[in-house]
Amino acid sequence: MKSKPTNRRGFLKGGAALAGLAAGAVQSVKAQPPDTFLRPRGTSKEQIAYGERSKYVTSKREPAPGRASPDAFGLAFHIGTPLQDQIGSVTPSALHYVATHRGAFVPEIDPKEHRFMIHGMVDRPLVFTMDELMRFPSVSRFHFIECAGNRARTTHKTVQQTHGLTSNSEWTGVLLSTLLKECGVQSAGTWIVAEGAEEVKGNSSIPMTKALDDCMIAYGQNGEPLRPQQGFPLRLLAPGYEGIFQVKHLRRVKVVDRYYWTYNDYGHRRSEAREAALATVWGPKSVITFPSGGQKVAGPGIYEIRGLAWSGQGAVKTVEISMDGGKSWKAAQLKGPTYKMAHVAFGLQWNWDGKECELQSRCTDDQGSIQPSLPQVAKYWNLPAGKEIRVKGLDNPIHPWKIASDGSVTNGMA
Amino acid sequence: MAWRKLLLPFALLGVCAWAQGPTYKMGRTPSADEVKAIDIAINPVTGKELPAGQGTAAEGTKLFVSKGCAGCHGANGYGGRAPTLIVPKGFPTGAGKGPEKIPNLAPGMEMGIMGPGLMAVHAPYAPVIWDYINRAMPLNREGTLTPNEVYAIVAFLMWKGEVIKEDEVMDQNTLPKVKMPHLDMATESPIWKPSSKRVTGYPY
Repeated sequence: MKSKPTNRRGFLKGGAALAGLAAGAVQSVKAQPPDTFLRPRGTSKEQIAYGERSKYVTSKREPAPGRASPDAFGLAFHIGTPLQDQIGSVTPSALHYVATHRGAFVPEIDPKEHRFMIHGMVDRPLVFTMDELMRFPSVSRFHFIECAGNRARTTHKTVQQTHGLTSNSEWTGVLLSTLLKECGVQSAGTWIVAEGAEEVKGNSSIPMTKALDDCMIAYGQNGEPLRPQQGFPLRLLAPGYEGIFQVKHLRRVKVVDRYYWTYNDYGHRRSEAREAALATVWGPKSVITFPSGGQKVAGPGIYEIRGLAWSGQGAVKTVEISMDGGKSWKAAQLKGPTYKMAHVAFGLQWNWDGKECELQSRCTDDQGSIQPSLPQVAKYWNLPAGKEIRVKGLDNPIHPWKIASDGSVTNGMA
Repeated sequence: MAWRKLLLPFALLGVCAWAQGPTYKMGRTPSADEVKAIDIAINPVTGKELPAGQGTAAEGTKLFVSKGCAGCHGANGYGGRAPTLIVPKGFPTGAGKGPEKIPNLAPGMEMGIMGPGLMAVHAPYAPVIWDYINRAMPLNREGTLTPNEVYAIVAFLMWKGEVIKEDEVMDQNTLPKVKMPHLDMATESPIWKPSSKRVTGYPY
């Protein structure tokens, strides 16, 4: 009994102390040592060294539909984040979506051994250690990363399946422009090739205009070093660009004079310039995460419709919500600051009357681009209208959720 | 005031010189060998980073088996767990799904046969195939092929794809000169200007 923290005596004392605090009383310094009830319980090493979430919180990632992970070779491919459970704008690092080049290994890289080289069309090629990179002026910025495979389909049931290949983190690192200036980019250097250290040495071509504008060499994610699945110890951030440009395990940047048709570029090639442009940068996009597919609205009454909005072209300007299948729209409230190329959570009070309805969200970004409906996309590209069309470039149409009279929520595309 | 006006041009000169040189003076200069060892990105048009070496389709035919390519891609370049490299004559090709068109294609692996032709010869330029195989193949033994072996396997795939003749020798001079059949299928990524729309006139 002596060490049991939850005895009745302790409970009563703790309760009394809480009551006293609530009433504004000042606790005497001569009072008894704080009761065990007021101290965090659980004394395992895991609880002390690195906190765990409550055993009642069970949200987890799952392989994205369409391609198994692990795949036929036992390798990780694409893993979706549980957007339906996310609270706020930031994705917990442990739940960040994962996409790998071809079903890839996550390399174990000792940061003491890791080197980052800039060479090619520069006056001074340089090799940096991780310690040196951390001595440069740092920036911390919120940015989303989204996989080109993030395409909603009629067969998808949940928002984790329709939209789970996007995540948002605070990234910390050095601006690539800082390092490129250190090396002295020559006038012929109009592109960079950024390359990873993993087994396939995946690399991407990025225009110098982008590299000098806002690309970042990141070593931090949400207050910690990068997670191995997110590119430990170093990755490239090309904000707003499609996921494959965000090169993980970054080992070098080569300054070159043309688009290089790299390993990554080759796999995502397009045959038309307009489509290639739309396949490079994300347009305005949003999705409702509550209520979303597979959830159940408890019954008529007040709820907050919640979701996430983002754009690869800039910051989210407005989000609107339709409760009648796109006939009328109401402005949603943005929950917190809107950063460029970052998720922002949104919400809107909803008094559900218990009748069938269809919920949609629509994002407008600071470039004035408006998230399209599927019929609008079909019309623009002169494609036959249908429940599911393959959107040219990256997939960003308005996503509908159907609410049945019993409160069950299903994919409105189906 | 006068002394300030006098000093201003010198101050500006100082700023210019500072902007051209390194500011933080961190990092070290890599040796030429160090750069050469890591520099596996090949210019797709000129192939200027291609190493010395050579190979033929006949050599590649043997290597396709002995290096394990056939184990994953299928004995004939299709039907394995890995993407299709060779589409046998008579099989319909095109933008459709793979499994109904290529025998024994593993689910999810149809990505290799997008569009007409073979995965290997989809490359707009031949050095792209060289770069791909050299950096990423074979699975679990990436980077172990010698330049000669890569030239030979590339020659084998392009011969099977009816891009080159069986006896053509591929090396750092001949490979960039090969005319690939699907150059028109591949558009280079445009230079997107930050803080602008993705495509002018595209409303979404």
